[in-house]
Amino acid sequence: MIQLENVTKTYPKASRPSLDQVSCGIEKGEFVFFIGPSGSGKSTIIKLLLHEVTPNQGKVVVNGRDVTSMRSWKIPHFRRSIGCVFQDFRLLPNRTAYENVAFALEVIGKTKAVARRVVPEVLELVGLGGKEHRYPHELSGGEQQRVAVARAFVNRPLILLADEPTGNLDPDTSIEIMRLLDRINRTGTTVVMVTHDSNIVNQMRRRVVEIESGRIVRDQARGVYG
Amino acid sequence: MQRLKYVLSEVMVGLWRNVTMTIAMIITMAVSLAMLGASGLMYMQVDSMKDFYYKNIEVAIFLDAEVTDAQRSELKTQLEGDPLVREVIYESKQQAYEKFKTMYADAPDLVNAVKEGQLPESFRVRLNNPEQFKQIFDKYENTEGIETIVDQRRLLDKIFNILGSVQNMALAAATVMAIAALLLVGNTIQVAAYSKRREVAVMKLVGASNWFIQAPFVLEAVVAGLIGSIIAFAGLAAFKGFLLDGSLRDLTDLLTRLSWGDVLLMFPLMAGVGGLVSAITAWVTLRFYLRV
Repeated sequence: MIQLENVTKTYPKASRPSLDQVSCGIEKGEFVFFIGPSGSGKSTIIKLLLHEVTPNQGKVVVNGRDVTSMRSWKIPHFRRSIGCVFQDFRLLPNRTAYENVAFALEVIGKTKAVARRVVPEVLELVGLGGKEHRYPHELSGGEQQRVAVARAFVNRPLILLADEPTGNLDPDTSIEIMRLLDRINRTGTTVVMVTHDSNIVNQMRRRVVEIESGRIVRDQARGVYG
Repeated sequence: MQRLKYVLSEVMVGLWRNVTMTIAMIITMAVSLAMLGASGLMYMQVDSMKDFYYKNIEVAIFLDAEVTDAQRSELKTQLEGDPLVREVIYESKQQAYEKFKTMYADAPDLVNAVKEGQLPESFRVRLNNPEQFKQIFDKYENTEGIETIVDQRRLLDKIFNILGSVQNMALAAATVMAIAALLLVGNTIQVAAYSKRREVAVMKLVGASNWFIQAPFVLEAVVAGLIGSIIAFAGLAAFKGFLLDGSLRDLTDLLTRLSWGDVLLMFPLMAGVGGLVSAITAWVTLRFYLRV
């Protein structure tokens, strides 16, 4: 599903690479944590998978497609097969929960009729039934992140990327979000999550890839934070 | 259909969100395009004047007061046999005086001051190619009995040069205004892109196509450009209607008349340039501010 082959990424003006000769494979349906201290390069992996940055060396293959050599006009279509959730939610403040999710559908050409059918369903799935017409500022942090997850998942992507999705949430809320991601994973969606929340990693007991100074130092099938 | 509706409503919202900037953009665009249209009209005007006057243009060979009959008839045969010459018309002193009288009929003092016989007789020569004046001049310059050889074309060229430089000034002003207009378009698009940065980020994230992300911004600039060209056209039409056909009537009768058709022809030019240039500017600006 996801294949990193000897990937090196050095940002311009950086003294050392963010990722240094990293190789890693992720199978379809897996749930993988990338952990490591701040600046270790784990967020760069998400950016590489989204083609927000390109590697200096090596190959990134997602869904059987070589992202490294992908033409820029093909990127939008490619991104439709990937859902993404961030620490800061990235919701549109002037749109309701429903509209935020529907927006993601409408801008890729789905009709309003499709949105009317699919959006309530996915909001129900993330546990926001009845709160469709609230604005982000009327929702708690955990609820806002649920909206973000709904938006990422509404297209039924093959891969869900989560960049510190619990970074802004209290421990109890974090666990609820993890349950949600776990549920999405059980539908067959590959989940890649970058985090430094040791609590969560220890509770989930899933594959853990630890990165330090741009190198993989541990890759454990049912790992803990360490 | 629905996406089109989305794009169009985004355009209207975009133009309205920053309405002072939009107005500034439209005004500079309109002034620039009006200048462009004016210089286009002037170009066509000079062209049609050239057509009109050059057809009737002659080389005038004025004869000495003491020219002999032999010299005159010899020159006539020489001119008639000249391959450069298409037509030779003799104008006697008396004919010259008659012509002078009708030409300055409304200035009787001037007519009275000139007596019959004072004006020189001349050969009015039309050339096959008016450009070849120099050859004629060199050939007959030293012929006995000739006082001067005058190329009327030279006189007209002076007028055309003046018109040409006015046209160039209008073009230069149009260019300067166009630069200001382009900077304003660029700035407006930057502001628009900034105020919609959240939407744009989400659109990129979920995989909206590039044209869909950029279309509202580009169309915003195009709509402003088109409104600018409509205002510019209205300005040109008013100029033609109120000034050229109105208070400046006497002056314009001297030149060839400017037709409404010519003015109308400037509209597609201005709309095309206004729309296209704004679209390109907006698109280039987006290349820098909406990296995909």
